[in-house]
Amino acid sequence: MARVLLRVPNTAEKGSVIEIRALIQHVMETGYRPNAEGVLQPRDIIWRFTCRYDGEVVFSASFSPAIAANPFIAFTTIATQSGPISFTWEGDNGFAQTETRHISVT
Amino acid sequence: MNITRRVLLAAPGALLLPAPARADQQRLAAALRDFTGGQPMREGRVRLDVSPLVENGNAVPISVLVETPMTAADHLRRIGVFNERNPQPNVITAQFGPRSGRAYLATHIRLATSQALVAVAEMSDGSFWFQRVEVIVTLAACIEG
Repeated sequence: MARVLLRVPNTAEKGSVIEIRALIQHVMETGYRPNAEGVLQPRDIIWRFTCRYDGEVVFSASFSPAIAANPFIAFTTIATQSGPISFTWEGDNGFAQTETRHISVT
Repeated sequence: MNITRRVLLAAPGALLLPAPARADQQRLAAALRDFTGGQPMREGRVRLDVSPLVENGNAVPISVLVETPMTAADHLRRIGVFNERNPQPNVITAQFGPRSGRAYLATHIRLATSQALVAVAEMSDGSFWFQRVEVIVTLAACIEG
């Protein structure tokens, strides 16, 4: 499992806009870099990030090799109701990881 | 032969971009066409924030903010960020909706060399808006080991 840093508020007022920041540990190997032997290292990137709020997709993004190592993404969503917010990263070589946080909306 | 005449003779050659720069432009234009489906883009409403002088191209913070009320009737649908001279023109494409609250996105990207970045926004009415920013990079990313 890759290390994940998530900043999601624990509580929020109903209808307020919350900022979410997500970072995952990953090399994001571009596929354009030669190794010590001069051979190109095969591409190994995360190409898809999805955020679901209570099961509904509220934000998603497609990454290219131009996204820096340990991909960081920040975005906003409206606090609609208490429930789980889940984050899914998918990538090359079958990489898939999901993290979930709970938000209480008052 | 006087100097003025020499300058005039050299001028047409100086106006032509070197071949690699033309290829970069075409590749960027093709990537933008893919994103917009050939629809016209207007300058404005998009604010692409990136430092104009980047010391390390391996992790360049960027953010995109689009002017929109973000209501069900009028909101941002997609943001695409493109570059001119990395090995690939695409950087990131993100999907938004009225539940986004704000039309905002931030991430860290790689830049292989000094070049232009273009952020394009697709609105719910089908219009496309963009901003282009020139960035100078002193330490390149992507290609060097």
